[in-house]
Amino acid sequence: MLEAGADPHGENSEHTTTGLNHRKLLMWAFLGSDCMFFGTLIGTYLVSKGRSLVGPYAVDVFDIPVTSVSTFVLLMSSMSMVLAYAALTRGSLKGFRIWIASTAIMGMTFLSFQVFEFYEFANHEVHFKCSTPISDLTEHERTFIDKCAGQDASHEVEEQHGLTPRTNLFGTTFFVLTGFHGAHVTLGVVWLLSLLFYSFRGGVTAKRNLDVDLAALYWHFVDVVWIVIFTVVYLFGVFPGF
Amino acid sequence: MISLTIPIPKRPTHPTGIWNWLTTIDHKRIGILYGVTAFILFLTGGIEALYMRAQLATPEAEIVSPEVFNQLFTMHGTTMIFLAIMPMGTAFFNYIIPLQIGARDVAFPRLNAFSYWTFLAGAIMLKSSWFLGGAPNAGWFGYAPITGVPYNPGHGIDFWILSLQILGIASLAAAFNFVVTIINMRAPGMSLMRMPLFTWMTFVTSLLLILAFPVITVALIELMFDRFYGANFFVPAAGASPLLWQHLFWIFGHPEVYILILPAMGIISEIIPTFSKKPLFGYPVVVLSGVVIAFMGWMVWSHHMFTVGLGPVANSVFALTTMAIAVPTGVKIFSWMGTMWRGSIHFSTAMLFSVGFVALFIIGGLSGVMHSSAASDAQQQDTYFIVAHLHYVLFGGSIMALLAAVYYWFPKITGRLMSESIGKINFWLTFIAMNLTFFPMHFTGLDGMPRRIYTYGTEMGWDLWNAVASMGAFLLAASILVFMHNVVRSYRKGEISGSDPWDGRTLEWSISSPPPEYNFAEIPVVETRDPFWAQKRDSVATARVGGGSGEGEHDIHMPQPSYWPLVVSIGLLIGGYGLIYNVAVAVVGGAIALIAVYAWSFEPVNEPEEH
Amino acid sequence: MNLITKDPKAQSDTAHTGHPTPLTYFKIALILSITTAIEVGVFYIEWLGHGIIPVLVILSGLKFGLVALFYMHLKYDSPLFSWFFFGGLALATSVFIAVLGLFKFFVAQ
Ligand SMILES: [Cu+2]
Repeated sequence: MLEAGADPHGENSEHTTTGLNHRKLLMWAFLGSDCMFFGTLIGTYLVSKGRSLVGPYAVDVFDIPVTSVSTFVLLMSSMSMVLAYAALTRGSLKGFRIWIASTAIMGMTFLSFQVFEFYEFANHEVHFKCSTPISDLTEHERTFIDKCAGQDASHEVEEQHGLTPRTNLFGTTFFVLTGFHGAHVTLGVVWLLSLLFYSFRGGVTAKRNLDVDLAALYWHFVDVVWIVIFTVVYLFGVFPGF
Repeated sequence: MISLTIPIPKRPTHPTGIWNWLTTIDHKRIGILYGVTAFILFLTGGIEALYMRAQLATPEAEIVSPEVFNQLFTMHGTTMIFLAIMPMGTAFFNYIIPLQIGARDVAFPRLNAFSYWTFLAGAIMLKSSWFLGGAPNAGWFGYAPITGVPYNPGHGIDFWILSLQILGIASLAAAFNFVVTIINMRAPGMSLMRMPLFTWMTFVTSLLLILAFPVITVALIELMFDRFYGANFFVPAAGASPLLWQHLFWIFGHPEVYILILPAMGIISEIIPTFSKKPLFGYPVVVLSGVVIAFMGWMVWSHHMFTVGLGPVANSVFALTTMAIAVPTGVKIFSWMGTMWRGSIHFSTAMLFSVGFVALFIIGGLSGVMHSSAASDAQQQDTYFIVAHLHYVLFGGSIMALLAAVYYWFPKITGRLMSESIGKINFWLTFIAMNLTFFPMHFTGLDGMPRRIYTYGTEMGWDLWNAVASMGAFLLAASILVFMHNVVRSYRKGEISGSDPWDGRTLEWSISSPPPEYNFAEIPVVETRDPFWAQKRDSVATARVGGGSGEGEHDIHMPQPSYWPLVVSIGLLIGGYGLIYNVAVAVVGGAIALIAVYAWSFEPVNEPEEH
Repeated sequence: MNLITKDPKAQSDTAHTGHPTPLTYFKIALILSITTAIEVGVFYIEWLGHGIIPVLVILSGLKFGLVALFYMHLKYDSPLFSWFFFGGLALATSVFIAVLGLFKFFVAQ
């Protein structure tokens, strides 16, 4: 839905007051605006933190090593994106296609991780041995301690107790925040694939690179938002006493 | 050319009649569409107000039920803010900004058309709730948790949420467009400090909008998840704090009031110098105050929440920032007065409305300073005193300025002058009726009459002032009828105005009235503030404002009309209703919008063969 | 107020295009990966206690800044773009830190 504006010279126009392209300026204004969007979602998450009345909580469901891997994949997709743009401006259409395809694939990998994670959380199981000292149990697990009554120490408590947006305030704020980030990634993947197909129709060339430039800015933005979410939601989420 | 697999109707290169309006991307036509639509919606909001004033004219009246009364005040507030004042401002942004900065259109003409059609979609959606099971009823700020399903099971709040989301998309698209237009499409030589004040305030307003609207968008998304999917954002039973809604709403809401008033200040800053025959007094300071107001507008939101118990420290901080924000506002008022001081003032109707604005805005500003004190506000919160304050700034302020703008720019838009004799009747009737309606609310408010009550007992002693306010409201309606009469009469047989009836200062007066489709045959070169004036007065040797015949009319390539903005907006409208009634319909609406976005992005601004 | 024109200073490791070379991008990617590894590693070091919070904030801020300045080219592009982006970012950060303050978020539980 972006367009070159009233200026018929369109692409990379120098006929603007500032010499900056209309669409690129629009993109940066949009990203500034989107900062407020994610700022509000993260703010809501933090305000609601610690107010849930029932579990499971972040410590129960988060798997930091798994999320670290998907974070790494998204970071590398940013590098791949910037290389796609660099290849295009150098005139290597082939390089551009390879790098943009790998960016899209890494984006889809990230999304698969997210789907997997959401599925795991929704089917979360409380699972502990009755011999475990109570201090080693999470707050949520302790609410199931009465299942050990009358059982010997080797008994294992297994309860299906998933996390959905309806379960508690943590579920609500977590899924909507990361879900909207995931929606941004999805839109980005669609955009990248559209550019890849467009390049086979001659729509993307070393001179006509603005479309790729804009998609890249969007993609990196989605990446930096995740950098914040990974620290604020995931790492701080399981940090005791925070 | 790109050949898509779906059959695309031929592009409307030279549409006529209704298709011309449906596919136009000319900023002037879109401005007219905005103005006419917003005025009709202003009338609907006015009718809602008249129902309320009829109900409150006498104690224990039974003209409307309490349920309907709740819907009336909610719809009145939402309509006036989002469907009347904001789009009327956008109408003038559209029509005037490209003319003032010496451009041939906005930066994104199709996006501009999309803004209008999406605004219309949001308006249709909100207003249709009256006929589809009841309008929203939780007040224009929709506090949690009364917007939750347990307290509000009908569809009214759903209509409110989705229409505000659609309107938000429209406003954001327009704001992005104007930010880029003003930064990037100024005529050569028009540096920032040579921009007309109206352009400046439009710029500041658009920046506020792109930063403030995402906050309400997220708040509404969260409310939507609560209502549609049983999430817990604002559910106290799940441990949530309903205060979060108030914070999010007012983080958006306070910048929003500047979104409503800054364009009005810009309009006034154009009209007063023109009719005082003096340049604006202290131009850099006026610009700076506008910017400072916008910046400080982010630091004051909790003054709407003095009574929720934030504690003495927070209350004191927000009281101080709120008092401080009165300073740049006061600076502006002094510079308008300084402009008039020893000017040769011509009291045209536009000037009368502008002076009326200054007077009424001072009253509204002073009552605002009164409740900036947290202790004093505790007595005034949720009383008619607040209603009086906000109507002095929004009616006495924004609406008076918009009426002034109509009288001022009508000749540019139509080529005809509005009747000055009817205009004077219009002004005095509006001015008197406005004070008659809203001044007594200060008294009833300080006497403890709460807002949003549907009736009161005669023993409260509020009969007299309520009767006066209701009389004033109907008189105000009469003044709007006079205004409509003047517009229609002048449009048909008003005196021909010529291009520059007011001895204007800015570039829009340098071209014919109404302006040609391409605005400027030759892009002007600007060498000073008030460039057109400078050219007329001092005949600056090198100024080439207006006129000129460098390129022939046929050499100017204007962007061509397009169906797609309209189709995307229709998709959004269908999607909105679908989310309320049937998810399958929502998917269809979304698909229509998506396909149209693709078609739009592959459509060139101009068909190549036309070059 | 010269917000708009390009920064004339030539960057040391840029090619003639005014943009960094792929090698720079690889280096940045390496720093990003190592920083993420440190973040996760630091996270498992329990003796840091509450000191972990500023450490993690600084590390993620570093990653954010590298991506914005180099991958998004803000370092080489018009300062106006930086004003838009960092303006929105600064506003979002300060407003919501204030909101969290009002909710007594920073008062130790
Ligand atoms: Cu306010």
